[in-house]
Amino acid sequence: MENLTFTQEVKPPDTKKGPVKWLKDNLFNTWYNTILSCLALVFLFFVFRGVLTWVFTQANWEVIPANLQILSIGPYPLEQIWRVSYVIYGLAVLLGLSAGIWDGLTRQITVAIGCLGAIILLLPFEISVREQTLIATVILAVSFAIGRNKHNWKRWVVVGWVLSFPWTMMMLHGFGGDTISTTLWGGLLLTLILAAVGIVACFPLGVLLALGRRSQLPAIRWVSTVYIETVRGVPLIAILFMGNVLLPIFMSGDFQLDKVIRAMIALTLFSAAYMAENVRGGLQAIPSGQVEAAQAVGLTYPKAILFIVLPQALRAVIPAIVGQFISLFKDTSLVSIIGLLDLLGIGRSVLGNTDWTGLQTEVFLFVGLIYFIFTYAMSHVSQQIEADLGVGKY
Amino acid sequence: MRNKFLFRISVLVLAILFVTPLLADNHESILDKVKNRGKLVCGVHGGLPGFGFLGEDGKWSGFDADFGRAIAAAVLGDPSKVEFVPLNAAERFTALQTGEIDVLIRNTTWTLSRDAELSTDFAPPTFYDGQGFMVPKSLNIESITELAGASIGVTAGSTTELNLTDTMRSLGLEFNSISYADIDTLYNSYDAGRVDVVTSDKSQLVARRKDLKNPDDHVILDATISKEPLGPLTIHGDNEWNDAVSWVVYATFFAEEHNITQENVKTFKTENPEIKRFLGESGEMGKKLGLPKDWAKQIIISVGNYGEIFERHLTPIGLPRGVNKPWTQGGLLYSMPFR
Repeated sequence: MENLTFTQEVKPPDTKKGPVKWLKDNLFNTWYNTILSCLALVFLFFVFRGVLTWVFTQANWEVIPANLQILSIGPYPLEQIWRVSYVIYGLAVLLGLSAGIWDGLTRQITVAIGCLGAIILLLPFEISVREQTLIATVILAVSFAIGRNKHNWKRWVVVGWVLSFPWTMMMLHGFGGDTISTTLWGGLLLTLILAAVGIVACFPLGVLLALGRRSQLPAIRWVSTVYIETVRGVPLIAILFMGNVLLPIFMSGDFQLDKVIRAMIALTLFSAAYMAENVRGGLQAIPSGQVEAAQAVGLTYPKAILFIVLPQALRAVIPAIVGQFISLFKDTSLVSIIGLLDLLGIGRSVLGNTDWTGLQTEVFLFVGLIYFIFTYAMSHVSQQIEADLGVGKY
Repeated sequence: MRNKFLFRISVLVLAILFVTPLLADNHESILDKVKNRGKLVCGVHGGLPGFGFLGEDGKWSGFDADFGRAIAAAVLGDPSKVEFVPLNAAERFTALQTGEIDVLIRNTTWTLSRDAELSTDFAPPTFYDGQGFMVPKSLNIESITELAGASIGVTAGSTTELNLTDTMRSLGLEFNSISYADIDTLYNSYDAGRVDVVTSDKSQLVARRKDLKNPDDHVILDATISKEPLGPLTIHGDNEWNDAVSWVVYATFFAEEHNITQENVKTFKTENPEIKRFLGESGEMGKKLGLPKDWAKQIIISVGNYGEIFERHLTPIGLPRGVNKPWTQGGLLYSMPFR
């Protein structure tokens, strides 16, 4: 055996850690970076000083608590608010059960929502609001506990999620003689409903259009292509206006589609075209050999698409799909232009109140913050899904 | 053979589908529809200070909204039986034409084209507005003729822009018009001194003045350069319904002329035969309009007379009565006789 001799001593890698080291490495490592960092700090100081002084001393935030009711539910009648509560309770049951049965992401979401409930309990909201939040949080916790031991309930929970949508609609609208017209839906409630419907409906439609555009049958291919290209060539606001101003003129007589439903259809049709292109991007990334191999082992074409191609294709385009969902969520604010009172529409109406005119900055900042919370949550969830599925790791 | 049969059937079905809506065009008056429905659907502005906005309790509030309540009180005897639909400027007429709303009370100016072309009928104006100018006091301007050379802020694409150009041209004045797409930007620019003068409907100028940094430093010129009579609209050709809406408006005028108020209407004692007819104590005024006997009384009980509605919504934003007072006091509000 040969004796190895070290001629040179190698230093161990620098293992020092801490904020000072980080600053030295990242902000002040060269003389020009030091200058740039200092300039940026001065700039940030002035921006933040201006913003914070305004937020804490000049802004009149009274407008938000005073209008919190209409910002959250719009003109929805207060004596019917139990309908909204029941919808939330129902969703809490489903979410709790899902979190109990499936680990991972659903559990994280549930914990986050539970924490949110606890925070609302501590804030000085009206007693009735806190009472309902307490009930919802307790329901969430209880159904979570139940769900942990009921792994054979999986199928029923999935059915429950599917049924939750018609149930929500029926609860909010009421059935029989005593209904609550959709003109009374508003605020965050309307924004969330429009976004949920758009997201849930545009996804399958988009997948179908994407498959249609790659179809071997010319008729289907052409229809899909023309649809996608036409819709993508028109701004959403134009589609909303057409749905709202032209459609009622074509449809004569007593049969008139509800204004909210028209907005839902317009949002769905618009997003489906973009969704189709996102999905098609994923489909093109799957080599044709996959389908051939699937057919070779005896799968029919639909089965090959459903079980082999789509799972891989969709997994590859999660960021694009979630991006589309987020932009759909923000696009719902355009319905305020066609006279629906979504979150932004209510914000505008608040500014029409003689007590609160001239407070645009406060109201729109608050509305923007709400949008940010929801879109950030969505993008965070998408990152979690990617991590769970191991996207981007090989 | 079979194919031919199927083809004929489908042609027939298609034909029926296309023709049915034409046949179904029945001539039931909206008045009856509202009664059967038990609810009035009224189009309003989504957020206009003083005229229509959603209050903090989720109820619509404002001058226009109260006229909607007055109609509901007259037809259904209950001012709460009205559903308000917020509408923007572009879709308001469509909503009326398609029957989505029964009546439109949304700051709409009565013009010849709208009356003749849009298949809408107007009820008497509830508010006479007009375009005016606001200037800083420091400029010492008292009349339009002194505005020569000034930069004037205006909202883009509105009739106010056209009125401004027409007026200045007819006076032979040079001026510099600066258009803003957004109302808030317009007033912020004016407040910051980027334009010398701002022009708009006087009601808007008054409402916006109180949000300026120093409201007292600004003055609204007396001159009015356009007519903006704002009132309710109904669909063209439904005379029965238009009559009902018109007389609801007249009833609020009439009550103010005769000092009948929300407070004293229930105990109002009079020997005046016209007031007796108004209150439904004699005659059959209600029946002639297809309304309950005490329709006018119900209006006053629920929203009060014109002056009370005005004082509730427009006086707080600083609007003077101006020409919007009874003809007996030199204004333009003139109720037709209750006879």
